[in-house]
Amino acid sequence: MRYLPLTEADRAAMLARIGAPTVDALFVDVPESARLSGPVEGLPGHAGELAVERHMTRLATRNTSAGSVPFFLGAGAYRHHIPATVDHLIQRGEFLTAYTPYQPEIAQGTLQMLFEFQTQVARLLGCDVANASMYDGSTACWEAVAMAARITKRKKAILASGLHPHYVSTVQTMARFTGDTLVYAPPALTAEPDSEALIGQIDGETSCVVVQYPDILGRIGDLSALADAAHAAGALLVAVVTEPVALGAIRSPGAMGADIVVGEGQSLGVGLQFGGPYLGLFATRDKYVRQMPGRLAGETQDAAGRRGFVLTLSTREQHIRREKATSNICTNSGLCALAFSIHMTLLGEKGLRALAAENHRLACLAADRLAQVPGVRVINTAFFNEFAIAIDGDARSVVRALASKDVLAGVSLGRLYPDRPELAAGLLVAVTETVSEEDIEALAKGLEEALV
Amino acid sequence: MSTPNQSGWKPGTPATPTDAGDQGTITGNRGLMLEEPLLFELGTRETCGVDLPVPSGAASARLGGLERDGGIGLPGLSEPETVRHYTRLSRQNYAIDLGIFPLGSCTMKHNPRLNEKVARLPGFADLHPLQPEATIQGALGVIAELGEWLLRLTNMAGVAMSPKAGAHGELCGILCIRAALEARGDAREVILVPDSAHGTNPATAAFANYRVESIPGTVDGRVDVAAFKARLGPDVAAVMITNPNTCGLFERDMKEISDAVHAAGAFVYCDGANFNAIVGKVRPGDLGIDAMHINLHKTFSTPHGGGGPGSGPVVLSEALAPFAPLPFVVQTADGYRLVEEEGAADQGGAQAFGRMSAFHGQMGMFTRALAYILSHGADGLRQVAEDAVLAANYVLRSLDDVLDAPFGAYGPCMHEALFSDKGFGEGLSTIDVAKALIDEGFHPMTMYFPLVVHGAMLVEPTECESKATLDQFIIALRGIAERALAGDAQLAQAPLYAPRRRLDETLAARKPRLVFQD
Repeated sequence: MRYLPLTEADRAAMLARIGAPTVDALFVDVPESARLSGPVEGLPGHAGELAVERHMTRLATRNTSAGSVPFFLGAGAYRHHIPATVDHLIQRGEFLTAYTPYQPEIAQGTLQMLFEFQTQVARLLGCDVANASMYDGSTACWEAVAMAARITKRKKAILASGLHPHYVSTVQTMARFTGDTLVYAPPALTAEPDSEALIGQIDGETSCVVVQYPDILGRIGDLSALADAAHAAGALLVAVVTEPVALGAIRSPGAMGADIVVGEGQSLGVGLQFGGPYLGLFATRDKYVRQMPGRLAGETQDAAGRRGFVLTLSTREQHIRREKATSNICTNSGLCALAFSIHMTLLGEKGLRALAAENHRLACLAADRLAQVPGVRVINTAFFNEFAIAIDGDARSVVRALASKDVLAGVSLGRLYPDRPELAAGLLVAVTETVSEEDIEALAKGLEEALV
Repeated sequence: MSTPNQSGWKPGTPATPTDAGDQGTITGNRGLMLEEPLLFELGTRETCGVDLPVPSGAASARLGGLERDGGIGLPGLSEPETVRHYTRLSRQNYAIDLGIFPLGSCTMKHNPRLNEKVARLPGFADLHPLQPEATIQGALGVIAELGEWLLRLTNMAGVAMSPKAGAHGELCGILCIRAALEARGDAREVILVPDSAHGTNPATAAFANYRVESIPGTVDGRVDVAAFKARLGPDVAAVMITNPNTCGLFERDMKEISDAVHAAGAFVYCDGANFNAIVGKVRPGDLGIDAMHINLHKTFSTPHGGGGPGSGPVVLSEALAPFAPLPFVVQTADGYRLVEEEGAADQGGAQAFGRMSAFHGQMGMFTRALAYILSHGADGLRQVAEDAVLAANYVLRSLDDVLDAPFGAYGPCMHEALFSDKGFGEGLSTIDVAKALIDEGFHPMTMYFPLVVHGAMLVEPTECESKATLDQFIIALRGIAERALAGDAQLAQAPLYAPRRRLDETLAARKPRLVFQD
């Protein structure tokens, strides 16, 4: 057991110092009846590095990794190329194996990085301030709804039909227990989101309108009118971004009047990772900062007058306010935030714009090519790197058929909305810079064969 | 682009000398310890550290007229500059790779690099959460296998894998309890929480719309069983207990408490943050616990990464298991199935209370935790708990003659040793001892927690420290404690040798500067 440094002689010497006859004597407060006399039965004993690696590798090879096939899945998780530098730097032990920066004098690396991350996120989302990250986009979305309720002292949230259904479920789950009222209907396969209908639902009881941008079908629309309508009714506009790369090409939600912008930061630096850990982004206006959940790094100075950074505004947090805290959240996605920040630093504004342009160019190419496939109808008029197509029949079976031919075709709406047969024909196709023109051709050919 | 901060100081400015004979430097650097400007002071909007295609004008054809105009304000660095920026920042961090991290209740232990290697296998890392089931059998296998270990180690009936951190797991457990009570038409309103609990416990209960009532502790650092039993009644939904508790002690009356709670029709939630102290020695299910989150990053050593991500699977008793959230993994004759909304009712998910988050939880943490568990095995995990408890008691008994140990007279501690600031000289407190430890090359222990002890110092050495390291730490802490008892005012100046002297946290909170201003 190479992770345990104590020798038998050490253990004996330590017991002697303690004055205990055996290690078991230290467990005296555990009732005899509950104390196990040996290792839990039916479980294997320790294994060496080679054996563990072999076992895990065997499990890994039973999966089809995204990079090994033409790959078009999105719906809230996007495959982008991550520069090798990112993974190298996040594996530095001083980042990887550091704890929460509770002792700022010896945690300036983490704290300065978080301050830089907060600035990058605030600027990207078009907000005044951002926090040091949340668990993921879906939980950040829930926290935004809770925050809007705190600010407006109202309990009715309107969820736009284009909000990711898993995000809707997450908010619904929480609302079931907190007593918030939710207004929501699934989307229709139309070219543009129905913002008129959304505006019509806003009333004097509304705490917030939650709108995804681009939405679950990849559609993009101006949020300004929605923001104005929400503000006129005393409500907040919450914008949800699941593909931050899009903001290298299109206007930020903050610039269009969103009061709280949350997002999934996985696209930059983090990778697909089968759904987690991901990176929740959370940004808002200055005036709401004390209602914002999560950790915050702030600038200050040390006893010698030098600039330094600390975790701050902790009076909002659970370890001080206990049951009156703004949230029960007590961690962030520090390492994922670091990966995001490094990737963003490597890109810079110039690179982000170029990356976004390349995503959009390839997505346009794919949409044009798929539109030529008999039986395929492209739904969207405007989109960034993901769009919806409709086919004749249930897209779930098409996805399975193509998977058996090693093409991962996209995310079927049937998978996301199993109780909505009217959406079964829909397939979401995401195209990032990792997709080649040959991949697009393979998808088109695969669809042609499957739809015959 | 360089802008001074509120003090006027910026990198490149000589720092104030820290001790006699220190003349400061021209650059503010000190030998190998380099000052590092902010990325926003270093980068430019024209610099890019990656090679990307030059954008062509035609590409913005279908953005619905929403093309970005104006700058975003995101400077870039070239690749070599990026490497240096982050490498220099990293050198201003303490980390478990550098030495002992004795934070009580936070549990910082060695992070094996094998775990990092397996988590990065493309078959795990480069996998989309919505791929067809046939293409993710190995990933579902990891979830199932890890879940099985957690169930056996705790002797529980069900497990929810998706919670993304300990506090998220708490919420999951409380929501399971709420769903179970609702299912039997029982609208209870109160959750009892001992005053020694983690702050997340009452915050979680309040978030799930429960009223929180505090239960006092006893002089020997445990829950007051009599007070607790007296409060039980038909309005109590659950009790949240941390065991081993935050005083580092085992709640020896746990079974009696559980029986009383069950008799009152309520449930027992256990904060499993300290499971590392008992893994392989005691199974929480045998103590009558109904729900407990397990911080994979603590007990099973997934890296903390400067504060996260975490992972908090929740094990559940027979009574609560049916209410576990979606999604979950089941094994069938054809392989593993991922049970999501579709068909959930037919696969044991009819009573699932909903979904905690998008997708399936912290897969990257599952692979690391499973690799760690397999490396230790059932025998090794038992040894982990024994060595952790041994190390904590060694620290307790090596220092209780100089530092007040409020519960030291009541027997052994579990995985963490608790001291107080009793007897310190005029004006000195726990924070001075902590900061002095920094100068000695150690990360300080947890300070001022638990709240039930004045000037608390909670030391958790964990199982991964050698006796030599423990002895070095003990010598340092003993020396500092003696200075504090003697009223050595110099302690209030510490740290003198860290990358920063004491930082002004009041200023940061009073005038928050949370983003860089050009």
